[in-house]
Amino acid sequence: MSTRASTLTGRIMSAPSIIVLFLWMAVPLGMTIYFSFLRYNLLSPGMEEWIGTLNYEFFLTDPAFFASLANTLLLVGSVLAITVVGGILLGLMLDQPIFGRGVLRLLVIAPFFIMPTVNALVWKNLLMDPVSGMFAWIASLFGLPAIDWFTNAPLTSIIIMVSWQWLPFAVLILLTALQSLDRDQKEAAQMDGAGPISIFFYITLPHLSRAITVVVLIETIFLLTVFAEIFVTTGGGPGLATTNIAFLVYTQALLQFDVGGASAGGIVAVILANIVAIFLIRLIGKNLDK
Amino acid sequence: MENKQTPLGYVSFSVFAWIVGLLIFFPIFWMVLTSFKTELEAVSIPPSFISFDWTLENYVEVQERSNYFKFAMNSVILAVGSTLVGLVFAVTCAWAMAFNPTKRTKDALLWMLSTKMMPPVGVLVPIYLLFRDWGLLDTRFGLIMVLFLMNLPIMVWMLYTYFKEIPTDILEAARMDGATLPKEIIFVLLPMAVPGIASTMLLNIILAWNEAFWTLNLTTSDAAPLTAFIASYSSPEGLFWAKLSAASTLAVAPILVIGWFSQKQLVRGLTFGAVK
Repeated sequence: MSTRASTLTGRIMSAPSIIVLFLWMAVPLGMTIYFSFLRYNLLSPGMEEWIGTLNYEFFLTDPAFFASLANTLLLVGSVLAITVVGGILLGLMLDQPIFGRGVLRLLVIAPFFIMPTVNALVWKNLLMDPVSGMFAWIASLFGLPAIDWFTNAPLTSIIIMVSWQWLPFAVLILLTALQSLDRDQKEAAQMDGAGPISIFFYITLPHLSRAITVVVLIETIFLLTVFAEIFVTTGGGPGLATTNIAFLVYTQALLQFDVGGASAGGIVAVILANIVAIFLIRLIGKNLDK
Repeated sequence: MENKQTPLGYVSFSVFAWIVGLLIFFPIFWMVLTSFKTELEAVSIPPSFISFDWTLENYVEVQERSNYFKFAMNSVILAVGSTLVGLVFAVTCAWAMAFNPTKRTKDALLWMLSTKMMPPVGVLVPIYLLFRDWGLLDTRFGLIMVLFLMNLPIMVWMLYTYFKEIPTDILEAARMDGATLPKEIIFVLLPMAVPGIASTMLLNIILAWNEAFWTLNLTTSDAAPLTAFIASYSSPEGLFWAKLSAASTLAVAPILVIGWFSQKQLVRGLTFGAVK
């Protein structure tokens, strides 16, 4: 039905969105790339000069970079493991007949709608505080000493908070996928004497593989840029213990005013994210053909 | 995994599932409960679950001391504003892509998606500097633009998958009857697309409301929404848990309700149609 006229209208109508998105992405990204080759500090304006790849050399050899890269990978990896495994288990659980299942499902997915700053401060104070927090009280019930979460296990604390936030996302998607699983297939397998465990590994898990991939890829993109949770609880510390790449770039740019260095860091972050993004876009592109 | 369930099995599994669910929900429950306590009771050990003097003073104080309403209004303006601007762009774009596709439509869609993959820190520096030079720092207008652009790819995608489901025969029929393009959109397409548009708006409001990178970095006070207001509790003075809880409860309540209503659409929007 695409006549030449309708193709033209189609182009005209989609153009504004494409143009604004292009400007939003290309112009700042181009500026970031340009800045990354400059010596450019906001505290000494007018002193900008071209220094080639020096910013990259500084950033990539900075011990802070390796620490924050390790933290980023640890944070992303741990949260992915927790949410995918937890998401599968909770998805299977919510797929069973349960009294009041609809309400229960609402409770389980609720954390996803909590804004990151609320999530972080409620966990830090009400739950994880070593003196008056809920966990400290529970530990005392068992005669255990309270854990000072943010002093002794800062990154673990961040991982727990972020996992709590993203677990519902995994549950929601995996549950949606589970509900499209063909019941007949499972029943046939049961007739043939397959136990619940072999049904899970030979039928359910393969069926979920695509949804799991989507969860992993999308979560990775968001988790690479976790910011607010760190900003309001630890400020990246103690030391560099909870500084991830996103937070490192932020401190360089807006606290140390080192525009050049921060830009180099930003480009490194973009490259990291793009490695994941390529896989995700391929996967979704394949889906579009169907 | 489907067990042939006995009544006993059903009951015990339900009890188990509810315990798990309540544990996951517990932080939210605890936050709401703490918001009704006095500051002293909020930090008392052992914690009190029901037997405390229920009070609303925290809610009153949050408003009086820190002008909560101003931040809430900012959140509403940013979320609704960015959604409405986005809708104007996204509806036309998705409409064209769904009904007048060209060879490049698929590439354009995937390219839009790829802009969403760019980490915000990659453009933090230039955006911050441009905002500073243009006087957009700490303005609602500036943030509405950022939030709109940030979520535009998701809106286009979500609307695209909804529009794709509308049978094109009806549009052809309308065209045969002499409907012009604007009429075609207003009288034929939009009524069928309303559910999809509504879900897209809800998802976008949720995302904009909870956005906490740009809102923290580009605002200080005038345009600061609730994310930034709550963040101000990170360097507290004195006892503040009950007030923090009250402010937090107010901040998340509306989005929790919207989120619960739109949970199904959320899957579609956040997975770009890859999981249905």
